[in-house]
Amino acid sequence: MTDLTKLTLAEARDGLAKGDYTSVELTEAHLKSMDAHRNLNAYITETPEKAMEMAKASDAKRANGSAGKMEGLPIAVKDLFCTEGVQTTAASHILEGFKPEYESTVTSNLFGNGAVMLGKANLDEFAMGSSNTSSYYGNVINPWKDKSGKDLVPGGSSGGSAAAVAANMALAATGTDTGGSIRQPASYCGIVGLKPTYGRCSRWGIVAFASSLDQAGPMTKTVRDAAIMLGSMAGHDAKDSTSAPIAVPDFEAALTGDIRGMKIGIPKEYRVDGMPEEISKLWDNGVAMLRDAGAEVVDVTLPHTKYALGTYYIVAPAEASSNLARYDGLRYGQRVMDDGDSLDDMYMKSRAAGFGKEVQRRIMIGTYVLSAGYYDAYYNKALKVRRRIYQDFEGAFGQVDAILTPTAPSAAFAIGENEGDPVKMYLNDVFTVPASLAGLPGISVPTGLSAEGLPLGLQLIGKPFDEETVLRVGGVLESAANFTAKPAGQEG
Amino acid sequence: MSYILEGSTGPWEIVVGLEVHCQVISKSKLFSGASTKFGNEPNSNVSLVDAAMPGMLPVVNAECVRQAVKTGLGLKAKINKESVFARKNYFYADLPQGYQISQFDKPIVGEGTIILDMPDGSTKSVGIERLHLEQDAGKSMHDQDPKYSHIDLNRSGVALMEIVSMPDIRSPEEAGAYLTKLRAIVRYLGTCDGNMNEGSMRCDANVSVRRPGEGFGTRCEIKNVNSIRFVMQAIEIEAKRQIEVIEGGGEIQQETRLYDQRLGETRSMRSKEMAHDYRYFPDPDLLPLVFDDAFISEIEKELPELPDEKKARFMRENGLSAYDAGVLVAEKEKADYYEVVAKGRDGKLAANWVITNLFGALNKAEVGISDSPVTAENLGKLIDLISDDTISGRIAKDVFEIMIETGGDPEKIVEEKGLKQITDTGAIETAIDEVIAANPDKVEEIRAGKDKMLGWFVGQVMKSTGGKANPGMVNKLLRDKILG
Repeated sequence: MTDLTKLTLAEARDGLAKGDYTSVELTEAHLKSMDAHRNLNAYITETPEKAMEMAKASDAKRANGSAGKMEGLPIAVKDLFCTEGVQTTAASHILEGFKPEYESTVTSNLFGNGAVMLGKANLDEFAMGSSNTSSYYGNVINPWKDKSGKDLVPGGSSGGSAAAVAANMALAATGTDTGGSIRQPASYCGIVGLKPTYGRCSRWGIVAFASSLDQAGPMTKTVRDAAIMLGSMAGHDAKDSTSAPIAVPDFEAALTGDIRGMKIGIPKEYRVDGMPEEISKLWDNGVAMLRDAGAEVVDVTLPHTKYALGTYYIVAPAEASSNLARYDGLRYGQRVMDDGDSLDDMYMKSRAAGFGKEVQRRIMIGTYVLSAGYYDAYYNKALKVRRRIYQDFEGAFGQVDAILTPTAPSAAFAIGENEGDPVKMYLNDVFTVPASLAGLPGISVPTGLSAEGLPLGLQLIGKPFDEETVLRVGGVLESAANFTAKPAGQEG
Repeated sequence: MSYILEGSTGPWEIVVGLEVHCQVISKSKLFSGASTKFGNEPNSNVSLVDAAMPGMLPVVNAECVRQAVKTGLGLKAKINKESVFARKNYFYADLPQGYQISQFDKPIVGEGTIILDMPDGSTKSVGIERLHLEQDAGKSMHDQDPKYSHIDLNRSGVALMEIVSMPDIRSPEEAGAYLTKLRAIVRYLGTCDGNMNEGSMRCDANVSVRRPGEGFGTRCEIKNVNSIRFVMQAIEIEAKRQIEVIEGGGEIQQETRLYDQRLGETRSMRSKEMAHDYRYFPDPDLLPLVFDDAFISEIEKELPELPDEKKARFMRENGLSAYDAGVLVAEKEKADYYEVVAKGRDGKLAANWVITNLFGALNKAEVGISDSPVTAENLGKLIDLISDDTISGRIAKDVFEIMIETGGDPEKIVEEKGLKQITDTGAIETAIDEVIAANPDKVEEIRAGKDKMLGWFVGQVMKSTGGKANPGMVNKLLRDKILG
């Protein structure tokens, strides 16, 4: 029998439909794989009992003839999604032991469509990071190794989700993306990651980092898998005022493989100083693949790109500083208090002990940029620049259907690298942040390997709510690149 | 007449602006589906959003928005077609989110006006700067446990309208009239119940003093005063404190103060240096509120007749004085009561009965109009009994006393007690004849020109008829008999 963990989501779906195997068998195979790869630390909480329960129920549902679109497919859920009765930590000490009494809309949609949860995937604390080294529950290790064989980061913040999919510990995983947290780890782990348009998936029940940027999306082995999974995650939700009241199209149907006559934009501003040669080459190769597939490649300009990272690191921490105020030790999570302490003492001790260094850094940055006398210089200016960045894209999309860029400026780096230099760490998001600020859909598709044998991804950015084009072009890129490399031990 | 405080160095004028928090009448909270019902068990009206659980998001309650727009229209204010919710960030135990969702630079309602009805019948207009929607905080209870404070989140997230006046108020009396009028308007509109003692209307007063005609002085804000009377007291006491400080060579520090009604003083709560930096910014969880003209005009159509219009109508249609009309419209229930009494009757007579007799009796008994033992229908009937000469005005007062006591129907009371006016000429003549026969000397005095004695005769006849004789007839017949 084939190794069920090596199937794609689409293959497993079709195999289940044909009766080649059951959800219980699929789920058991993945639970075994989770045991085998526990050293990667991809999960904070594994939920094998719940998984088996869900798998059994799913097989019963299928027997009844009422199978959903994701029926019986075992997935990992980033531990930023609140899951009813299952510890939800956001990778923070401050939420250790917190078991929500509610299910996030996205996971609720997925489970409603039959998906099976294997566990809660590790991430950077409160999704703040690009390396998954800020989790209170330990670093996630990238299943890929460079030639030296040292442990590499999986990217972040959805590092556990990416590693779980890359190491076949889940058929797919949910991620969330605020400035690149789906796309960058997808690139580092050689998988597909799709950040939908802001408003496509409900944020209800997702622990908030930066409300105007956070967006849930699928992390999968293939573009088709991303299309299938997004269809089960998305949809208008009256409980999220920023969720878009528009219908969810059949994303899988968009994968026609035909991009003839489509216009693909290449933004010159993304060719940043010091861009590694191999990234540059990867990008050029991608351009050639799309051209060969019949697309017209057009140079576009996004002049405010250079301000995007600075803008992001004002807007996101500002919102985070306010969003994280609720973790005060009062109603849930960790409380640190000594006898005779005042309310302020309790706040300070609980938050100092509960939040890690990166989270504290961003709370302080955010508090600073919103404070009296600095608001106009920082936050207000950032909002204006953000508007310009959106207008840049609007202008470009007047000429093209999608934009092609690298996903990240490098391949995965070693754990511990960049730790002492937050700004260098932040630079990992340089290509993903502009689309986040503009609320646009973006997908990362693995298209090549670095000299060190590590996966590299290209990013496609689309018009608002035009995930279909992003997926269609992504599918073509995927086929042309024929990226079949796997991490050691996962070869087909 | 302007209100002036005399200091040791000369006259001072006071300048007051009021910020009033009105709890919006709505079934559920501003951003959650939890109930707003007052008096439920602590922490029973709390949704996941109100408790700020991770990942919870606010969704604005359209009813609260409509109520705010309605109030804005009632204040003759500009409705802003686009407004924005902003977060006001601060830490406190009864603020689960760590921020209050409020409105900052783009409130739902802009400038408007309130007309004050002063006790002397004059009016004064006070500007409204803005009205914005915001969440209420929970309640901290410090008296439940020796070591810990307890928190009740029932109120957390309930919608408030903060209504900010211009610094147009110049006396404690005007402040009282402002609050009374604002309360009347929101009650007429049904957007706030205006109960200050239950906390559904709360007032902060910004007070400063200046030499008449000069520029504004430095103000102090007196927080959370919970009755109109206390607001008036606090303003006067604070103004006097400020005058004393200035005249003593000191300077007023801008700060937040508390009014202690027991000690009759204000004291410092938070200096300007200690003031919070609220780090307001637009709430990214909520879209801007955007209205079209149709939405506003639809609400406009629902507006009831408001106190000012009602007052004008009472003066115009019923010939009431500004003062009487002002008293009647001060509370919607009073105006409604009066309208029932006045319907199809002499409006002025009805106003006299309602204001002088009914309100007098209710005040004495410390009973509100809605608990009046005398129904408007019955008071109307009583007036009818006077108008059709069934009883005299004097007997009517007795009947009214009984009505206040028993809540009875005046027709029945008159019937049962045999209080019907005697209009039978023969019966009255008999009574007159008896009094004349018994007092020949007094008859002579009248005939000798001492007209005033006639009144004495009227009194005697009324007395002998138990007050039931028609006084007009008694007068006329007496004149005819003695002088005729």
